[in-house]
Amino acid sequence: MPGDGRTRALVVFLGPALAAIGLFFFVPVLAAFIMSFTDFDIYSLGDFRYARFVGLRNYLQLFEDPLFWKAMGNTVYFLIVGGPLSIAVSLGAAVLLQSRLVRFQSFFRFVYFAPVVTTLVAVAIVWRFIYHPRFGLLNFFLSLVGVHMIDWLGDPHWAMPAIIVLAIWKNFGYNMIIFIAGLQNIPASMYEAASIDGANAWQRFRRITLPLLAPTTVFIAIITMIGYFQLFAEPYVMTQGGPLNSTLSIVLLMYQQGFRWWNMGYSAAIAFVLFACILVVSVIQTRLQRGRGE
Amino acid sequence: MRKLQAIALMGFLLLVGATTLAPLLWMLSASFMPTGQASTFPPPFFPRSVTLDQYVGLFTRLNLGRYLLNSILLSVSVTAVSLVVNSMAGYAFAKYRFKGKAKLFKLLIASMIIPAQVTMLPLFLMLNKLGLINTYFGVIIPGMASIFGIFLIRQYALSISDSLLEAARIDGAGDFRIYWSLILPLCKPILITLAIFTFMGTWNDFLWPLIVMTDASMYTLPVALAGLVGEHVQDTELMMAGSVMTVLPVLVVFAAVQKYYIAGIMAGSVKE
Repeated sequence: MPGDGRTRALVVFLGPALAAIGLFFFVPVLAAFIMSFTDFDIYSLGDFRYARFVGLRNYLQLFEDPLFWKAMGNTVYFLIVGGPLSIAVSLGAAVLLQSRLVRFQSFFRFVYFAPVVTTLVAVAIVWRFIYHPRFGLLNFFLSLVGVHMIDWLGDPHWAMPAIIVLAIWKNFGYNMIIFIAGLQNIPASMYEAASIDGANAWQRFRRITLPLLAPTTVFIAIITMIGYFQLFAEPYVMTQGGPLNSTLSIVLLMYQQGFRWWNMGYSAAIAFVLFACILVVSVIQTRLQRGRGE
Repeated sequence: MRKLQAIALMGFLLLVGATTLAPLLWMLSASFMPTGQASTFPPPFFPRSVTLDQYVGLFTRLNLGRYLLNSILLSVSVTAVSLVVNSMAGYAFAKYRFKGKAKLFKLLIASMIIPAQVTMLPLFLMLNKLGLINTYFGVIIPGMASIFGIFLIRQYALSISDSLLEAARIDGAGDFRIYWSLILPLCKPILITLAIFTFMGTWNDFLWPLIVMTDASMYTLPVALAGLVGEHVQDTELMMAGSVMTVLPVLVVFAAVQKYYIAGIMAGSVKE
């Protein structure tokens, strides 16, 4: 085999991508890690030499900052409530759409999927008006069934649930598609055999669909969790983190600290805590699945 | 019995569908209302009289044309550049042998778990030093290569038979010739998928352009919209028109190439 030509081609093919990923991904990750141990702030912005190493100070400060715990609590709330709910809606939609009784499947799939491709900022603005206490559609429909006016985005108890509903609406179509792909891999003969044995629809769902979908579900749980940890645009557009910081998320806090107040060292520490959370939860979910599989 | 079940199921699916579309339909409907009409009780579902005032206002008073242009320009350039860069790398990972290939690929895949937010602070400082903040390059350069894109292409290119490439080589085709006239045409479906993903991802992206674009004239649609909604909180109809202008292009693209987009999600969910 001619060596030189192929090597040169390899460098040309691989070089740009690896250089770009190295320079604009791996180097920044490393730099952020170092930054998180410095007091990098607005003065260092002009001259990096003003930044000094402060050891673990940012992290220690972070763990004593009530605002950080508030943001962490809100993000976990969003994740723990919103994540499973959205996965359940996706699974429900996928199972119903795959039913042999359903016609116009591709039409429904298109409709359910449409919110996924929309621009989050734009639809967050739309939902902001849907949640309007006086003129919003939601309160109008609720008033028809006798529910009194709720100030969805202005009430600290309701703001996060309102954001969760928006997130489910926006995202369920995506996981639905992955579930449909998983369902299509389950052989129809298994259902037929179960039917002959007298299993009803619920039993078939519990004993066949759910166990056989488990790998798909774990995959979905991980990507959903990663996505939900990064909650940002919804509170940024709809509530700016309020009321009373009830929708302040980790990434919103990171953005505010880093790009509004220029506390970049502190902000980098927040980013790494976010990364650590995502890593830990992914590992746990993967382990759980492996443990069950053995 | 079975028929009854089918009707009930269809009814339920239609209800879910209507609920899913309602916010988008209401956005469209309100964008044709004259100022103030959406803020009446009971909330009107349809405009009492259709007007294009909001759209005219967007382009004449709010400079929407500029934001639209920025969004199109950035989405198209990021898509074009990243298609070339990722397809070359994906092909190399699929069909070339070199030392440490498997390890390198594993490292790339594993690092997909690192959230992009981690890179943003140093990336901002880097681009600032290079004078690229508030320029189109500030968005294009970090978007040049994506690990997910390389992964998609590599998975697809693996299925291309080696004997085909060998035959082309024996016929005297060089490496670049093979990439250009053989690999790219064969990879067309996955390239379209990746193009849609990248285009929509860039179009809908918010946090990074919000950080990089400091001057209003450089804003993309989502960044501009998020800024405007603060100033025009009362102008529901105007904001709905702005949202329509932002959402409609991606919805149209999606409707046109649905098949490829769905295929991409399924390909991306395949585990190693």
